[in-house]
Order: sequence, then C-alpha cells, then structure tokens
Amino acid sequence: MTNSNGTLSTAEKVNKSLQKRYRAEKRFRAYGISAIAFGLLCLVVLFTDIISKGHSAFFQTYVKLDITFDPTEMGVDDPTDANQLATADYDSLIRNALKEQFPEASGRRDRRALYAVVSNGAAFTLREQLKENPQLLNQTVPMWMLADDDIDTYVKHRDDAQGDTFAGRISEKQMGWVDTLIDNNQVESRFNTTFFTSGDSREPEQAGILGALVGSLLTLVVTILLSFPIGVAAAVYLEEYAPQNKFTDFIEVNINNLAAVPSIIFGLLGLAIFIGFFEMQRSLPLVGGLVLTLMTLPTIIISSRAAIKAVPPSVRDAALGLGASKMQMVLHHVLPLAMPGMLTGAIIGFAQALGETAPLLMIGMVAFVVDIPGAITDPATALPVQIFLWSDSPERAFVERTSAAIMVLLAFLISMNTLAIWLRRRLERRW
Amino acid sequence: MDFSQIFMVMAATIAMTFFLGRYRALKLGQATGGRKSLNSLPTYYGSLMAMWCGIPCFILLALWMMFDDVIISQAIMQELPQAVLELPTNERGLIFNMISNTAENGARAGAEPYMVAAAERLQSLRETSQLTLIACLASLFLVIMLVVWAKMSAKTRARSQVEKGFKWLLLICASIAIFTTAGIVFSVLFESIRFFQSVPLTEFLFGLEWSPQMAIRSDQVGGSGAFGAVPLFAGTLLISAIAMVIAVPAGLMAAIYLSEYARPAVRSAVKPLLEVLAGIPTVVYGFFAALTVAPFIRDTGGLIGLSVSSESALAAGLVMGIMIIPFVSSLSDDVINAVPQSLRDGAYGLGATRSETIKQVVIPAALPGIVGGILLAVSRAIGETMIVVMAAGLAANLTANPLESVTTVTVQIVTLLVGDQEFNSPKTLSAFALGLMLFTITLVLNYVALLVVKKYREQYE
Amino acid sequence: MQVVNTPIQENEKLNAKSDKVAREKPKTDPINGSHANVGETVGKPFAKHPKMTMRNVDVFYGDKQAIYDVSLDIGKHEVVAMIGPSGCGKSTFLRCLNRMNDTIDICKVKGEIKLEELDVYHPKQDVVPLRARVGMVFQKPNPFPKSIYDNVAYGPRIHGLFERKTDLDEIVENSLRRASLWEEVKDRLHSPGTGLSGGQQQRLCIARTIAVSPEVILMDEPCSALDPIATAKIEELIAELSKKFTIAIVTHSMQQAARVSHRTAYFHMGKLVEVNDTKRVFTNPQHKLTEAYITGRFG
Repeated sequence: MTNSNGTLSTAEKVNKSLQKRYRAEKRFRAYGISAIAFGLLCLVVLFTDIISKGHSAFFQTYVKLDITFDPTEMGVDDPTDANQLATADYDSLIRNALKEQFPEASGRRDRRALYAVVSNGAAFTLREQLKENPQLLNQTVPMWMLADDDIDTYVKHRDDAQGDTFAGRISEKQMGWVDTLIDNNQVESRFNTTFFTSGDSREPEQAGILGALVGSLLTLVVTILLSFPIGVAAAVYLEEYAPQNKFTDFIEVNINNLAAVPSIIFGLLGLAIFIGFFEMQRSLPLVGGLVLTLMTLPTIIISSRAAIKAVPPSVRDAALGLGASKMQMVLHHVLPLAMPGMLTGAIIGFAQALGETAPLLMIGMVAFVVDIPGAITDPATALPVQIFLWSDSPERAFVERTSAAIMVLLAFLISMNTLAIWLRRRLERRW
Repeated sequence: MDFSQIFMVMAATIAMTFFLGRYRALKLGQATGGRKSLNSLPTYYGSLMAMWCGIPCFILLALWMMFDDVIISQAIMQELPQAVLELPTNERGLIFNMISNTAENGARAGAEPYMVAAAERLQSLRETSQLTLIACLASLFLVIMLVVWAKMSAKTRARSQVEKGFKWLLLICASIAIFTTAGIVFSVLFESIRFFQSVPLTEFLFGLEWSPQMAIRSDQVGGSGAFGAVPLFAGTLLISAIAMVIAVPAGLMAAIYLSEYARPAVRSAVKPLLEVLAGIPTVVYGFFAALTVAPFIRDTGGLIGLSVSSESALAAGLVMGIMIIPFVSSLSDDVINAVPQSLRDGAYGLGATRSETIKQVVIPAALPGIVGGILLAVSRAIGETMIVVMAAGLAANLTANPLESVTTVTVQIVTLLVGDQEFNSPKTLSAFALGLMLFTITLVLNYVALLVVKKYREQYE
Repeated sequence: MQVVNTPIQENEKLNAKSDKVAREKPKTDPINGSHANVGETVGKPFAKHPKMTMRNVDVFYGDKQAIYDVSLDIGKHEVVAMIGPSGCGKSTFLRCLNRMNDTIDICKVKGEIKLEELDVYHPKQDVVPLRARVGMVFQKPNPFPKSIYDNVAYGPRIHGLFERKTDLDEIVENSLRRASLWEEVKDRLHSPGTGLSGGQQQRLCIARTIAVSPEVILMDEPCSALDPIATAKIEELIAELSKKFTIAIVTHSMQQAARVSHRTAYFHMGKLVEVNDTKRVFTNPQHKLTEAYITGRFG
C-alpha cells in the first residue's frame, strides 16, 4: 500500500524491515543459547572424561596362587623368632608358586616377566598373613595377591575393542599366562581398598590417596582455624568499628586487590617469608595452611562483611538502646545473626583452598611422601598436588588413579558447596 | 619440650587466669555488697586478667622464637676455627647446617672434631635457652598476675579496658591484609633486586632468549644462562588471548541470555551449573587439558595435515577459556542487572526488538562494567598456573602460532622453584623477578578494573 | 487516667524567671551568623525538679546543622511530648539524650545535656551506664530474634542486675506485667519474640527497656507502626509508666501528644518553637507556627 504521493508510510517502512529484524533477533538468541550450550557441554565432557577414565581405579585385580610357606625357601630356621619371620624372603614363595603353575616359563627373561605378574607389594601381604596365623608355616594355601598394575590394566581392558593395544607394556606371553589364570578363575576384581588406605607409592597398584587426603585435611584445618576467626574479626572491624579515614580506605583497597592476586604469588610469599625468613621446613601442612590462610582471607572478609551488612540496624539500635556496649552488641547480636551468611562464604572459600595447588608447589608440598602425616608438622602432600604428581606419570594405571583422585576431590568440593547452599537456605533469615 | 608445647601450656595457663579474675571479682563483689556494686560483669574481670597476663607472655615468646636461633648461631660461629670463619657466607651456612644436623641426629663417622664440639655446644646452648625461656615466662606471668590481682577493685573499669583490647585485636586482624601485601611486595622485591644485580633489568625486560637451565652449577654466578623474559611474556599473552577469545563471547552471551531472555526456572537451573565450572580446581582443568584436549587437538590437526605440538598453546588456552567462562558470565550478569529497567523500557517503548534493545541500549550502558570484568578475567588468565604448568610447554619459543608450544611466566616460576633450590643462584632469583612482574601487572589490572567497576556502580546508584 | 500534676504546677514560676535570664545571654549561630537564644522558644521550657536538662544544644550532621540552640528540661515523672512536621529534628534531639547519635560518625553535638548531675556528653562519660539510666523504645518494634524471656532478660544480664536465676525470673515477670504483656505471653515465654503481633512486639520492647529499671525512657514514635487498638494499649501503658519513670516521647500524632503528655514541645526546622503545658499548646498556642501546625495548615 502506498500513499497518494508514492512514499511509504511509517508503518509500511517498519513492516518491510520487520522480517530482517526478527531474523537478527533469532540469530542473537541463538548465539546466547549456543554460548550456554557450549558451557554446559564443556561441563558434561569434563565430567564424563574424568569419570570414564577414573571409574576403573576403584577396582583392583587380584591373582590367586597356591602359596607354600616353606621355611627353608624363606630362609627361616627358627619359626619362633619374630625377627626372622619379619625379614624372611617372601618373594621367593610367590616366585615358586608362579613357577609351579607355569613351568613352561624358563630362561631369565621369561621368568622375570612371569614374576612381574604379581605386584612386588604382595610379599608384605604374605608377611602380614603369616604374622596373624603362624600355623600357616609349612602349609600350602591358596592366597589372593595384588596383581601388577600392567596386568591390572590388561585385565580391565581385555574386553575392549581389540585395537586398544596400550598393553604394549606387557608381552604376548604374559597375556597368555593371565588368560590362563582368568580361565582357571584365579583372577578376581575387587574393590580397591588400597587406593583409600595407603599413601603414595612408585607402584601404581600400591599407591593410594590417604596420605594426600590427610595432608589436605590437616592443611585445611590450619586454614580454617586461622582464616575464619581472623577474617570475621577483620570484617567486624571494617563494618562496625572502622572510622572513615585514609587508613580504613587503605585496608579496603588492599583486601580487594589481594582477592584478585594470582595464587602463585601467595606461594612466592610463603616461600620467601615462612621458609626463607622464618626458616620453617618445607612440605609442612602448617606452612601450607598459613599460605592458604593469607590467600583465603580476602574472600572470607568480603563475604563476612556482606553478611554483617545484612543484619538490620534496628537490632543494633535495640541492643545499644538497652545499654549494651559495642562489643556486646557485636558478640550477642550481630555475629549470631550474620553467622549463616559468614559460614556460607567461608565454606566456599575453604573449598577453593582445598582445590588450590600452585602455592603448595612453591612451598614444597610436592615431595614424594609415602607415610601418612600425623600432625601439621609432618611432611605431607595435598590431594590436588598428588593429582598433579600422578598426572605426570606415564603408566596407564596412574592415569586412572589420577582421575579417581580427581573424583574424590570433586566429591569433597561438591559436598562442601552443597553444605554451603543448604546452610544458606536453612538458616537464612528474611528481614 | 619444644615451642609448640610451651605454647600450649602457656595458653592453657592463661585460659585459667580468666577464671581466676572472675573469682577475684566475685570475691570483691561479696566484700562490697553484691555483684551490682562491681563496675562490670565478673566475666569482664576474668577477660581483663587473661588479657593482661596473656599479651606480654605471648610477645615474649614470639620475640624469643624469632631471635634465639640467630643469637645462638652467632655464638656458635664465633667459636669456630679461624679457617672456617674466612669461608664465603654460603659455605659457612653449609657448615652450620652440618653442625646443626650433628646436634640433632648425633655425630656421623668422619665428622671433624671441631664440628662435634660445636654441635655439643649448640645442643647445650639450645637447652639453656629453652630453660631460660620457661623461667622468664613463668616469672613474668606470676609478677603480672599478682600485680593485676592486687590492683583489681570493684571500681576497676574492666569492661572498657577489655573492649579497648577487643577493638585493637580487630584492628590488627583487619591490618593483616596490609601486612600480606607488604609481605608480597618485600619478598618479591628483595629477591628481584638481588637478581637484577647479576642480570641487568634491560636484558630481563627486552632479551629475546630465556634459558635459565644453562646455569649448571650454582657457583657459576650469572655467568651462564639467558634471562630475556620476552618469550615468556609473549607466551603468556598468547595463551591468555586464546582464553579470552573463548571466554569473553561465551561468557558475555551466556550472561545476556540468562539475564534478558531466560525464564526464571531456566535461569535458576543453568546459572549454578555454569558456576560449577568455576568451582572445579585448576589442577583438574590442567589434567583435562594435558590428557584429553591436547591429544585431541593434535590428532585432529594431524588429520587435516597440520603439525600440532602436543603441548600446544591452543589446548592450554582453550581449557583456560572454559575455566574463565563462568567468571566472565557472573561478572557481566551483575553488571547487566545493574542497568536500570527504565533504559530498557525507553527502547521497548520505541518499538525496538529485544536484541536491538540489548545491543544498542543495555550493552553500551553496561560497557564500563563489562570492560572492568574482562580486565579482571585477563588478570586471572595471566596469573593462572596449573593449567599451563600441566598443558603448556617448558621451552621458551617466541612465536604467535597457537599450534606450537610456548611457555608462560607462571610455568617458569613453578619449574624454577619446585624442589630444593639454592636461594642465591640467579636461576632461583629469576623466579622472583618473574613473580614481581606478574604481581605488578595483575595489580595494575585489578586496580584499574575495580576502579572502573566502582565508577560504573556509582553511576546507577 | 491519673495525671501527676505537681511537677508541672511547680514549673510555672521557674519558667517565668528563667526566660528572662536566658534572653540575656545571646549566642552566635555558627551557620548563619544570626543571634539565636533560648528566648526564641516561647512558653515554659524549664522544670522545677528537672530530671534532664538541655541547654543550648546544637546538633550537626557533617556541615549541616540539624538542631539549633535548643534548651529544655524534662521534669521528674513528667511525660514530655515532642511534635512537629517531619524532618524538624525532634527524633534527632531525642536520640541525643542517651547518645544514640554516637553511632553516626558525622554527628556532632554541642551544648550541655545533663541527667541530674551527670554530664551526658562529657568526653569521659561511658555510654553504657548512661543508656542503662536512659532507655529507649524505637519507632519500629525491634525485638531480638530470641525468646520472649531472653529479650526481657537481656538488659539485666549485660548489666549484672541480679544475683540468682530466680531474681531474673522475677525481673522478667514484673517487667512484662508492667508492660501489660504478662497475661498474653506467660505460657510461651520461650517462644521467639519475633512471633508476636506488632503491638505485642512493641510492648515487649517496652518491657525489655523497663527491665533495666532506667530513670528516663525515650520513645521515638513508638506507635507509628501500629494499628489503632495496639496504639491505645501503648498509650494507656505510657500513662501508667509515668508514675515511675520520666518519659520523653516523639510523636507525629498531635492527638497522641494531647492524650499522653503533660507538656508538649513543638519543633520547627530544627528549632524549639514553643513548649508549654499540653492543654495550653493545643487550646491556646502562643507562637504562630505552633498555631499553624495545630490547626493543620502544614504537617
């Protein structure tokens, strides 16, 4: 439709361009949806990747062998001597059992390949068994023994597509032996308790996360005990006491900047101050906790301030009007009311600290620590650092253990965050 | 008994003085006619007593802990043979460490006699020091406690004194932020200055070659190794740029969709899910980058005939970008929500479509805030460590090709400092110089970003 | 409703005299330089047995002056109402009396405020014992999010006003009775105070205040958030309380001032324009501004 003089009316002009505009609208919307889809896809890929790599680490292959506790083989002449039993040669028992089952393996190379089927940690199991049941001596009993990590990997992935030959680490012969063992029902997959009950090890099948987990928890305890009270105190000062002056502004600028300083810088600080200047030892959860405290403080202060701000002024008036002093007002009224909010913020901060790696590398918590730390002054490593260490190892078995350790770490973080959310929903007060 | 035990015993004793002070106040109250005659509640008298006894004792303990090692080692050093005294500083330090080890673990075979003697002397000095400390603490504590006990009366303004102490305690806690910043500045600055004494600043800032590993032995001071940090800066920038190319569009569009289009139900479901990405530890991203993304990119590149390094900048940058998406999206979300509804209504009133309103009104209005958020994200990308340590390379290549391997400032800091290092070699010190650069750059970025965001917020308040 | 007449009658002579005395010492207004003095206040600002005396009080918020040269007495067992258009400074003035203004950093008070012989703004004066003697009830009921019992017991606890638990129980019961809330809450003393109705909450706040046995109670528009029935109850309560306490009440309702107070002070733009016996203020105001306000020409 045109006007009498041939020009388009506004409505017509608009209508003409409308289709194009709506197409632009749709495109724009699609960008938004694809951005979100991309983010969610990454999340899904990340989780499936980790779970598919790591779920097999929760199971461990065991091999059943008939072990003869032969004192002469073990080099024991006095079975009552505990010392002799402790230092006896248990490896030879396993070797004999293997030799007996697979007599065809002759020659040094084959023998060695055969012996490698069982983990070199299996001897310890035998020793413990004998210690518990001394009457086992001179008897032949079937025993389940930890398989070597390569064998474990082979057993776990035997049914996968044939092309997957990462098993280059084990020979045709070994595969044959393992297949025989499987056919004889001498191979079993059990829940991997070792993974949760032992410290680090060079041998994947003997490596566990307990040491790192305890190290992480000790570090976290130090962090919580220091950063929460200090953070809350700082927040109370800034919200309730601080006069409006340059010094207060300076404190605030510092806190806001520290919140965004890269974590590795805190590691440098820890290295230079705690280890360089105060001459503390490396690798201690104490030092790790101190560094993480400094790193977490800004987060805690900022969230605590928000929680304190949310306490209505009428409560303060009421307390002051009754003649409560400022300290009484803070301790009796403001803090209890702000506590849920402060805890929520703090837990999220602690979750960050638990997942933090870089500053711990700087202060030497990357050491290879086999023992499970018992105090904050024992050398230790932390779970994220353990993940970092294992991820460098070439063995396939370490890849699955790394993924499993990540799953444990994520489980901790997710439960901490869930706790924070639950706390907020449960205790949040609406004013 | 070591320091931690002394500390525990002291803390317990001082906790007891609280009850002592409270008891004293109740007695005073009884003498003068009931609790009401007291200036403050009895608990304040208890706190006052604990405060007075605690502070001096803790200060004494802290000072002792700081200085006793220094004083004792000085004393030991003076008694060493002349020949040892003339050795250079770090060798004397080594000898002192040996003496200290001997004192703790017993003499090893072949130890020199003067060392064994010094070790014995060290041991005895340490014991004396500890006994003296315990005696000093105990007498200080007793004297103060008796004085406070005697001076306490019903009129003592216990509450106001305790409140003053409380306020000071809070102030000290708040000042820790300042001490931390100062600690960072001093620790990186001092070591950096020592580094720049052996390597000129200009070489560090403008040199094109970085190979600190060439310093094979620590006594070859500064003689070898190249400390030109340009390749590191370039690598950091390359990886950060890749990360931002991923994170900014995705984060921004996600924020726009969530705040302008999505229904509340979708928003409340998707937002926390995206935030899960932000809560995943960086070491997990690093593992993902090194073991999944990097091989994937390498293989895909191989398929189309590109040679891709297995430690390509692309893999690290891509994963870093994914990590930063929720960071950008939540910052932009805040900023977009702060744009007043009236501005949007103005555009809708003229018949603008939603996307036109967003593109022409909301984004321009929110731009300063978004820029501030992006600056914060850049500072995060630059300072990110674990992803690049695990997925980026070690070799300092000066290249702009994202398929090649580059290294970054943080990677070098970690490689130079992990494990036992000599504190004095330029190789170790260069890590602090890199740390100084990193700190300065992120500080400036953060400061500017916070300033921009603050200005922006004030505009709409 | 029983009104205590004595203090007011005694005030009459005193005010006639002191008006003149006050006029003789002019005071420079720091802001506009004009001479302001007590004489600008018409009526009877002084009392013969003053509980609180305020002389030449100026209040500043930063550079802004909120109160100009106010002098006023509050007699023992007297109820003084402060009225005036909103923003006239009546609440600010009230909050000076127990230094609640201290919580605002930029607030500065000049002049002299005395509680009997005690200099309220003496630099060494601790606010805690002061506020135990001068209690306050606020505009919005603000019970602590604790039980009813703990709300009332809070003051006695922080001031150490009892020896045994039974004493505290007694204080709580008496205070709740005096605030005529006891019958309504005696069976649920341990349920949260925030669960009460608005009027009950305000009476709980009053009970909480009188549990400390203050000498003066300041009330800052205590009924503004309440419905008419609750308001009537509180007003009744104020009359009852005036037998034992000295009360200063800020209200935006002239009817309320007329019902509860002995004397009424009219504030305008930070100045105390007129103070007089309540009856006189409402029947025969002496200042034009007061008259204009009373007759509803602004407010």
